[in-house]
Formats: sequence, structure tokens, C-alpha cells
Amino acid sequence: MADRDEPEPETGVTVELRLEDRQRRLPAAADLREQLPGLEAERQVTDWGRSERVEGVVDRTLYDFLYHYWFRVEVDGIENVPADGGALLVANHAGAMPSDGAMIAKAMREEHPRRRAVQLATDSPFAGFPGLGMLVTKLGAVAAHPANLHRLLFDERQLVLAFPEGHRAQRKPLGQRYRLCPFDGVAFARAALRARVPIVPVAVLGAEEALPRFGSLAPLRRIAHLPLTTGLPLPAKFRIRFLEPVATDELEEDDDPGFVESLEGDIRALIQENLLELVAQRRSVWLG
Amino acid sequence: MPGSRRVLITSLSSHWGGRLAQQLERDPAFETIVGVDTTEPKLELQRTEFVKVETDDGLLRRIVRAAGIDTVVDTRLIPDPLVASLGRAHEVNVLGTRRLLAACAGSHSPVRKLVFKSSAHFYGSDHDAPAFFTEEMGRTRPAQTAIEGDVIAAEHAVAEFARAQPEVTVTVLRFAPAIGGGLRAAHLGLLGLPVVPAILGFDPRWQFIHDDDVVGVLAHAVGHDLPGVYNAAADGVLALSEVVSLLGKTLLPVLPPWGTVFAAMQLRRLGLRVPVEMLRDLRYGRGLDNRRLKASGYRFRYTSREAVQKLSAHQRLRRLLRSGGEAYRYEREVEEFLRWSPSVQGLEALDGRPAPAPAPAPGPASTGTGGYDALVESDLLDLIPSLETAALAQLRAHEADRGSRRRVLAALDQQLARRARAAAGAGQPAGRGNDGDLAE
Repeated sequence: MADRDEPEPETGVTVELRLEDRQRRLPAAADLREQLPGLEAERQVTDWGRSERVEGVVDRTLYDFLYHYWFRVEVDGIENVPADGGALLVANHAGAMPSDGAMIAKAMREEHPRRRAVQLATDSPFAGFPGLGMLVTKLGAVAAHPANLHRLLFDERQLVLAFPEGHRAQRKPLGQRYRLCPFDGVAFARAALRARVPIVPVAVLGAEEALPRFGSLAPLRRIAHLPLTTGLPLPAKFRIRFLEPVATDELEEDDDPGFVESLEGDIRALIQENLLELVAQRRSVWLG
Repeated sequence: MPGSRRVLITSLSSHWGGRLAQQLERDPAFETIVGVDTTEPKLELQRTEFVKVETDDGLLRRIVRAAGIDTVVDTRLIPDPLVASLGRAHEVNVLGTRRLLAACAGSHSPVRKLVFKSSAHFYGSDHDAPAFFTEEMGRTRPAQTAIEGDVIAAEHAVAEFARAQPEVTVTVLRFAPAIGGGLRAAHLGLLGLPVVPAILGFDPRWQFIHDDDVVGVLAHAVGHDLPGVYNAAADGVLALSEVVSLLGKTLLPVLPPWGTVFAAMQLRRLGLRVPVEMLRDLRYGRGLDNRRLKASGYRFRYTSREAVQKLSAHQRLRRLLRSGGEAYRYEREVEEFLRWSPSVQGLEALDGRPAPAPAPAPGPASTGTGGYDALVESDLLDLIPSLETAALAQLRAHEADRGSRRRVLAALDQQLARRARAAAGAGQPAGRGNDGDLAE
């Protein structure tokens, strides 16, 4: 208990002040960051439910294989991801059963000098689903609730990866690949603005072909959008490009919905542009 | 506005009410402590005055006014379906709260502070809920269980009271499930089983608060002015699997993800009661953001993990005690006699244990330590840890004079050094605190 990193001497003082000042005001948001729970070294599961052990096993086996041998991921611009502090990574989403999130997280661990962990913000339909929901939580997924995003980005200063296209990206037919769907509301840009963290746009090439979606099983549509796809991912060549971060700390108008929307539009255009560039450069889907 | 001096505690005979009263008794700043309940208090209380009364607003109001109560601490809430039937819980939680508030209201009421013990059931438990509830967050959907409905209704009444009585400081504390030795609750019942049942495919996040912290937070709210709502939950949100492995048990996902209620009813037929209210917690769990309370100056003594470790120790101990016959029980009459009776003198009185241990021979009482000469060395060695510090010092001097029993002398020195360390370590030494009580 003694080794928890809490500012011991200050608290006595604040208590005294509070006692005098009966009209206690609620502490400013910056104060509350000091009150985050300390790390307990013995624990293998974070407060978010992410399990070091489960993640470690999957990372060493499945992700390692997919990253190095199956998708042969190539990364550029990794230095655009800040070495510390919160940041929101915004990427295009693709494929029937997306592998892009896992590969971006793996790239951060493999290539980034600080090997930063990434929390994946999902609005996954699996959240309340037995088994799968539990597994993705253990692997580092967090429900994309605005309060969760704010705590991760602002309070805990973590990296969060978001796919603002949402499910729509998974339902679009193969013919429309690398065409970004409209973003789902403005939740992500607003979260970044509120937390005053930079937004790093990310363009991912290859995920569309890895698990192409040919259609859906129409009779089952009411239960779930089961995609008609190849059972296993195809060995498409992956390229991940991290773009220049968009700073948000000097932007002031975070309450104006129009402004947030235009910011989101800019980011979407940036990703789209880079995606098309990557597609134009690519000679072969499988060899890159 | 002066701080709290005259405190009324509801539900004094409950675990929380009694422990809070004990805690407040130690602080002389509280000149009057009155407790009300329908049954006799179970814990030892020194200067708390007990009034046996139903939550009847007329009588309560008279007590509050006559005693000039400035602070009311309401610990009645029953957030657990195991403790009382749902009907009784509703009676206590909703109607009882309304009656109590009515007794505190009014333009001439002396009450200036109300501390209301609420529950994290207020937030419910859902898959689309935020990972950490903060105090401002409401619910996304209506109450799912009767207990949740009760908590919401009770808090609603308290909020209404706070609006109508702006001069009263109203503190609402939403407690996470508590963990502690003598507690009875649905989640503790579940974790007490040799194999812990779970729902297949779910590993909910659970957060706890230790018994001592519950009392600590309540006392903190009485001692400080904390208007508003505060989440009271220890640091750290554990996965159920983590909790179970900390307890050294096995998690058995016997409940199917679909038709869980039906399966729970079948289990009940087999003698395993999993209340319907628990099923939601078993599926999704819940995390609370406790930072507002911490910013107000409260320091938690235990994290969720440490609380579970304490529970684990308690469970192991209980298994041992159950097999070894009756556990040690505090015997009030004996204590009173030993502490206050004029006939008690010298060292003979000091072994406070009721078990007829190899009692020191009632030798010449005038010397006090004389009886010990008659004891065999090994018996004396056994006796040493149970003696109070002053007696130890006395015995140490006696043995030093006698100078023949070196092992006894060494054991005495060792024991004295340990006591000194414990005293320097501030606060009550955990575990067997009986020696300390006698020494006072």
C-alpha cells in the first residue's frame, strides 16, 4: 500500500482548506486527474477489463503471425504518433471481420519507439454478446461511450484508436472499397476536442481485400448482419500510414456543432486522399 | 455554521449504523449520539443513546427536535435482496426514507446536515453503460429490478428534500458492494461458495468497498461538509475471474447466457440461490468513478483488490473456526467485571480470554506478580502474548529481579518490543485487538 503514487502531503492541506471554506466548490477537472487510482503491480487485468495475459498470448501467436507473415504489414509515419500524452487515432475501417484494428495496435507495439498500448474504441454490436464481447474487452477494446473516451484521452492520457465509420464500413460491398463511408456522428472529434488531444488520421490499405464482403445472408439479416465472405483472411499486403497529427488544443469552438463537423470532414478527406494515393501506388493486391 | 455535534443515526442495530456509532464515539467533538432502530443494537456501544422506535415521522420529529439534532445519518437503505424480502425492502427504502425526511423537514427543524447512504444500484448495470459512472450520469433506461427501483425512488425523495431545504447540507453516498467479515449480502454469499457460478461468456467488472472504508466514508461525510452526490467505491475494478482467483476458488460458468433467469430458478431447486438481482451484475458488472470523494479529502484504506484479499483471509479463517468448534466471542459481562469491578486487582484479572486457560494460581495477590512464580516456564511463555503492556512491564521487572528464567525474559522483551512497534505504527493494529481494549 505504501508504494501507491499518491500525493500524500498535499491532502492534509486541502482538507484544512475545505473545512474553512464551507461553500466548497467542486474541484476543477484538472484536479481529478491526480485522483486516478494508483497502479497495482500484481494485477494482470486493468480497470477497463483488458487482460495482459490474454492479450499477450494472442499477440505472440495470432497477431504476430498475421502481422509479420500473413499481411506483411508495412508502416510509415509512425513518428506522427505522439510519444506521450493522449491522442486519438482515427482510421478507415474495412472488411467483413475487421483485422485493421488489431494490426494498427500491433504496429504501435512493434514500430513505435515507446511501444505504446492502444485502446480500441468500438461501438461493437458484440458488446452484450456472450464470449465475443468478453474477448474483445480482454484484448483492449472499450465501448465508444463519450465518457469512456474522455477518461482515456484526458484523464489517463492514453492512445485511443477509433473507426468513425462504424458498422457501415463493414456492410459496404466490395465494389465500394476504399471509399470512406460518412462518419458516425461527431462523437470522436468532439471527444478529442474536449480532451484537447491531437487527432492522428490513419490510412489502412489491404484490409478490404483480406476479408472481402460479397454480400450478406439475407434471411438472417434480422438477427445479425452476417457477411458472406471467405472464412479465413486472404493474405493481402497491408500498408498502414500514420498522418501528421491535427492539433486541437488551440481550437476554441468546441461547442459549435458546425465546427466539429467541419473538422471531422477535414480528417475524413485527409484519410480518403491518402488512401487513394496508396491504392494508386500499389502494383499488386497480394504483393504490394 | 458550526460543525456537526449532535448526531442521529438511523438503523443503529444494523452493521453500518452500529459501527458508525462506535467510530463517532471516539471523537469527543460529537457531544450527543442518538441511534434509533426497531431492535436492540448488536454492537458494543458506550455513550450512544438508543431509542427503540419505528420510522414514524411524528416520533422521530419529536426526538430530533428535543435532542437538537444537527446531523442525521441515514444508514437504513437495504440494497440487497438477501437481507430482507422485497416487500420489506421497499417499505424501508422508499416509505421509510420519506418518513425520515418528513421528520427532518420543517422551518424550525434543527437539522443542518443529512448524510444518506445510497447504493451503486442507482446506476444499474448494462452493456452500453460507461465503464466508470460519474455522479452526474443518470440512467440510460428505467430500473431493471425492484431493488434498483427502490434506490432510485429513495434518492429522488432525498433530492426533492435537498431542493426544498437549501439550508441543509445533503450528502448522498452511492456505495459499491461492501466486503467485510461479518457482512451478509448477495455477492458475498456467491463468493462464499466453494465454486463460484458465473454466466457463460461473461466476465463482469466488479468494484467493492471494504467494511472499514464504508464506516470511514460515512464518518468523513459527518465530519466535513460535502454537499451533493459522491460515489463511494475503492480504487480498482476487478474482473470477476480475477476476484475468484484471488479467493483461490474456481469459476464455474454454469449459467447459460440465454434463459439465465430460468436456469437460476433451476439452481435454486438444487439449493443454490442466485437472486435475480445478481444476474445483471454477473452479466455486466459496474465500475464507479470515485475521484470526487477522493478529491474531498478521503483516503481509502483498501483497494478493491486488497478488500478481496481480506475477504479471502476471512473465509479461510472461518473454515478453520467452523471445524474447531465455537469461535471466540466477546463476553460483555466478563469484560465489564474485569474492567470496572473493585474486587479485581493485579495480574490475575488480565487474561481476558473466557477459555479456562492454564490460569495462574491464585497466589498471594498482594504482590501482583507473585502468582507467576508458581507457573511452569512453558505455561508462562504461552501466557505472555495475552497480557497487557503494563502488566508485561511489571512482569519483566519481576523476572529481572528473579533472574533465573532467561527464556521468559527474552520472550517478554520480544513481546514488549513488538507492542512498542505496533503502538508507533499508529492506528488500531488489525486482527486480534482485544489486548488493546483491555489496556485502555
